Amino acid sequence: MRNKWIAAPYVGWMALFVVAPLIVVLVYALTRENAAGDWYLTMENFAGMAGYAAVFGRSFLLAGIATVICILLGYPMAYFLSRERGRLRSMAMLLIMLPMWMNFLLRTYSWVFLLERNGFFNTLLSSIGLPKLDIINTSSAVVLGMVYNFLPFMVLPIFSVIVKIDHRVIEAAQDLGADSVQVFRRVIFPLSLPGVLSGVTMVFIPAVSTFVISRLLGGGKSLLLGDLIEMQFLGSAYNPHLGSAISLVMMVIVLVCMGIMNRFGEGEGEAVLL
Amino acid sequence: MKKNGILSRLFLGLVFLFLYAPIFVLIVFSFNDSKSNAVWGGFTLDWYVQLLSNRTVLGALQTTLLVSVLATLIATVVGTAAAIGFSSMKRRSRNLFLTVNNIPLTNADIITGVSMMLLFVFAGQVLADFSGWLNSQEWAVNANLWFDFSFNLGFITLLIAHITFDIPYVIVSVLPKLRQLDPNLAEAALDLGATRWTAFRKVVLPELMPGIVNGLLIAFTMSIDDFVISYFTAGSQVSTLSMVVYSMVRRRVSPEINALSTLMFMAVLILLVIINLRQARQDARRKRQGLRP
Repeated sequence: MRNKWIAAPYVGWMALFVVAPLIVVLVYALTRENAAGDWYLTMENFAGMAGYAAVFGRSFLLAGIATVICILLGYPMAYFLSRERGRLRSMAMLLIMLPMWMNFLLRTYSWVFLLERNGFFNTLLSSIGLPKLDIINTSSAVVLGMVYNFLPFMVLPIFSVIVKIDHRVIEAAQDLGADSVQVFRRVIFPLSLPGVLSGVTMVFIPAVSTFVISRLLGGGKSLLLGDLIEMQFLGSAYNPHLGSAISLVMMVIVLVCMGIMNRFGEGEGEAVLL
Repeated sequence: MKKNGILSRLFLGLVFLFLYAPIFVLIVFSFNDSKSNAVWGGFTLDWYVQLLSNRTVLGALQTTLLVSVLATLIATVVGTAAAIGFSSMKRRSRNLFLTVNNIPLTNADIITGVSMMLLFVFAGQVLADFSGWLNSQEWAVNANLWFDFSFNLGFITLLIAHITFDIPYVIVSVLPKLRQLDPNLAEAALDLGATRWTAFRKVVLPELMPGIVNGLLIAFTMSIDDFVISYFTAGSQVSTLSMVVYSMVRRRVSPEINALSTLMFMAVLILLVIINLRQARQDARRKRQGLRP
């Protein structure tokens, strides 16, 4: 069946609702409104962003920490899971995917519930005579929330790459005298890097742009990029021009980071959706 | 590869505990007969009763289901057509369109949401100005016509946003099936006298079906689950379930949210089990066909 014209409705749709919105963002980012309500071309929005360098720094730092923790927890997890067989493995995969599909607000809320000052953990701790854990409304709670929410998105791509590794390659390495550490370091790990890269993308992008996790677990104290953007559009500091500029810069930084990483990892990271 | 030892199994167990303990605690406390979120005050179903008589929640549930079903159906049809179209294009234009198609998949949700909101607000303003201009024209005044093309954020913009982020998932699931498709099959059907439409319906479509259904299911869960994009594109009059959850969480009305969490968790669990069973059945069928000489 060859008929390229049936893609036409979607091509039109993409032009209207994927490309045009980004152009509108660009236009807003490059303009401002004066007192008379007229728009003028300016770079003020970008210049005004210098004041938010700390927010940029914090967002990238916290998202970076969360991504590293996700690799440290998720890689061994994917590796061990790939060594399981049959029913146990498919059970475990289901268990990894289940939280992924559960509403992300509710996942975040479950930690609010546990960590609150008079919440579950603290009541538990004080009932056995231990001091209270006071991490809600701190950056640690935000990182915890990011790891909890996005860990499955790290495990799944790594897992699906590892299980596809040809067993004969591993056996060849063993035949050539490699011990299990060498097999892992020289064969399995390099071959699984595309999975790690795609996992990093799937964890880092939502983590760096979140406003829900920082709002609910950070108590609005540690402002992240997502909060900053949200405030410019729906919040108190209404200024879509500045918000657009921040969004644009964030988008470019993220794209550049991903570009460098993909270059670095050579192979093309396959996007794993299911 | 070696089998897992005690330590690696223990590690797996601990991570699963980390993933599930919070959800489990929520579920237990949804039956707690006390407003406290730490002390057990006996078993009750009150929170569920209260939840199911909460008009805001029910209204939001209705909106969520309606927008998800509509967006999924439209996205599945348009996306499947687009995938077929893309795969019959030349390499260059196909790559260009697939790159644009990937934008909503890779971009942060907040950017997709914010950019669409800006477009809608902008377009609404332009159309309002245009209507005003038309109404001020002499012929319109003389003919006693009144134009109003303006619109606000609401159900329609929400639906457009959902369709936009759903279609890429459908395309990404259908494309691999198209690559596996044997072009000779459709030609054989045409040679045997089938019309193009019949050949498509009887030969091509059944081959694509698993990919289409997968795409449909992913799109549906993405729509049901979405918060960020809806939050920016729905405006202040319309709320999805996720948006209601957000405002409930901010106001900390815990027992009711616990009940809602439990119900939503169960819904996802059932959906996922169904999908996995389907997958297992497909794999088994493929294996059987593979065994046949």
